[in-house]
Amino acid sequence: MTTIPTIALGAARVGFRGRITALDLTRAPSAGLEPPELERRLLELGFVEGATVELLHQGLFGGDPIAVRVAATTIALRRREAMAVVVTDHP
Amino acid sequence: MNVAVDLAPVVALVGNPNCGKTALYNALTGSRQKVANYPGVTVEKKMGRLSTPAGRPAEVVDLPGTYSLRARSPDEEITRDVVLGKLATERAPDLIVCVADASNLRLALRLALELKQVGRPVLMSLNMMDIAKKRGVEIDMGVLARELGLPVVSSVAVRRGGTDALLAALDKQLDALPAAGAASWRAPDATGLRNAQREADRVLRAAVRNPGHLDPTTARVDKLLLHPAAGLVILLAILFVMFQAVFAWAKPLMNLISDGFTWLGALVGSAPLPEIVRSFLKDGVIAGVGSVIVFLPQIVILFFFILVLEDLGYMARAAFLMDRIMGGAGLHGRAFIPLLSSFACAIPGIMATRVIDDRRDRLTTILVAPLMTCSARIPVYTLIISAFIPDREVWGFVGLQGLVMFGLYAAGITAALAVSFVAKRLFWRTSAGEPFMLEMPDYKIPQLKSLVFGVAQRASAFLRRAGTTILSMMILIWALASFPQAPEGATDPAIDYSFAAKIGHAIGPITQPLGFNWQINVALIPGMAAREVAVGALGTLYAVDGGEEATEKIGQILKGQWPLATALALLAWYVFAPQCASTLAVIRRETGGWGWMAVTFVYMLGLAYIAALLTNQIARAAGAG
Repeated sequence: MTTIPTIALGAARVGFRGRITALDLTRAPSAGLEPPELERRLLELGFVEGATVELLHQGLFGGDPIAVRVAATTIALRRREAMAVVVTDHP
Repeated sequence: MNVAVDLAPVVALVGNPNCGKTALYNALTGSRQKVANYPGVTVEKKMGRLSTPAGRPAEVVDLPGTYSLRARSPDEEITRDVVLGKLATERAPDLIVCVADASNLRLALRLALELKQVGRPVLMSLNMMDIAKKRGVEIDMGVLARELGLPVVSSVAVRRGGTDALLAALDKQLDALPAAGAASWRAPDATGLRNAQREADRVLRAAVRNPGHLDPTTARVDKLLLHPAAGLVILLAILFVMFQAVFAWAKPLMNLISDGFTWLGALVGSAPLPEIVRSFLKDGVIAGVGSVIVFLPQIVILFFFILVLEDLGYMARAAFLMDRIMGGAGLHGRAFIPLLSSFACAIPGIMATRVIDDRRDRLTTILVAPLMTCSARIPVYTLIISAFIPDREVWGFVGLQGLVMFGLYAAGITAALAVSFVAKRLFWRTSAGEPFMLEMPDYKIPQLKSLVFGVAQRASAFLRRAGTTILSMMILIWALASFPQAPEGATDPAIDYSFAAKIGHAIGPITQPLGFNWQINVALIPGMAAREVAVGALGTLYAVDGGEEATEKIGQILKGQWPLATALALLAWYVFAPQCASTLAVIRRETGGWGWMAVTFVYMLGLAYIAALLTNQIARAAGAG
């Protein structure tokens, strides 16, 4: 079995399209919430494995925050929390 | 049958933010609504009555929007507690209506599955069905109902007859209500949420074709409005128009109200009543209430703009654009709106902090909101600037007076950012801060009816407060300025003999380094009722007759009496000082205790003292003494 290349959503550029492969809380050490709570918040906003994502917009300073299309919803969040969302553009 | 037989059943509306729940609530209940607060918290409780086509009455509760019963903010806790029937003062709902935006079903379906677990009857209402159809979303309602295991109806809240299907379904449901049992619900863990979302996605795939397209209009508009640079410029332009409106449009109405109260005061002043009763009615009640109600036009215009931007879906964008800038100072992106409102008046601003989920972010915002230059400071600024700052141009095109005014605004903003920066580190350094996460809804054209409703609610909330808390503050301050009364044959103004004057003299040694004389000290006391009242008090102290040109006359006299350093120090004082009893009262109410009110009062007083001290001393050293 081959592993597919993944990146953190928090490190993606505007225009990135792909899908979520995992939520990895260890990748977001500087997030503003405890890992279990951050995971639940992300899930409640629809960041679930398999959902399609597209990075639509970013802010002026440091490209932060970002606006992400998750399935049929647009969610704004900061990159440091989005680091926990592992994505791939592999089909 | 039990004793509760004559009580109408309670129908709770629950849904994600931006699902059109409030529009639906308005459509269902019309004008049969009342707004109150849940006991102990500041969350608005919205209840209304409806009667079904079969003539059955029901109480409808509009609950704050949420993604989950796992509450993250005081608002969402209310939603959870009401749904679960955990609030002692509220009746548990007999029926839950899960309202969903038909063109954005994914997260709503997960919420519906969670609500199903509560164990009370749930009815799903797909709202904004017209928009969904236009966007090509095809929903098979039969399949959706079957897969969800819930009855599903569609609604278009903003159209006549758009709630017929929902009302018919309510009739059917209310006819066959099961006996109320205890609600069962446990906060889901990550696995539970994941499974629920997967189940929701499965239902979505089975029942809905074509759910996921980004609205092309929203995409196009966002290209511009969320452009990293152009978006910020447009935001500033919108703000500029908003302020222009708050100040310029409100002016004639404010003059009208203030003239009205002056007339009323004069009427009472000439009534055949004992002097003290006349003074109480005229200077205490009428002047006090008038000085608050005069802000009603500004509040109405401000909330009109806020609600239009909110209903359009622009507020989430504004928060997005401002998040990084605000975040640098330790503020949440959502703090932007409350702080903006505080330029008109800190009271609606502090009320608007309810949009911030996290308690600490909310407290920081409340703490700094009074530093934003509110409109009540303007009369004081105008008086002193026009009297002491020469009306000439600098650098060829900038008016010096306008420049000083701008400087005072800038000082307030800078101080607010600095204080929040410090507060964040002082009070809660343990946390990196609440994450900024919010949904960006599709743009929608605001509905006039819901705007009118919203503005009317805000206005009446403000008036109620003016009639209670603020009125009692005003009466207290009037009493301080009126007792003891002047002795027979007194030659000085009556206020010279009052408690206010005694306090003014007593604190003389403290304010002397600021360059304040006792008249200023005394004027600051009635100025606690509302900042601009200090102008009138100075007029009284320097024995200026009221009238049309009173402000100008006061300015002329002050110019002869005060050194420039004193005037500048008073300006600096007014940037920071907690000179507004109503704001403090609102802080107490919104934070649920005296503690934060005391913190605000003390830190603002400290800043004001230091600022006035430095200004006075530096100005004297520079020869302006």
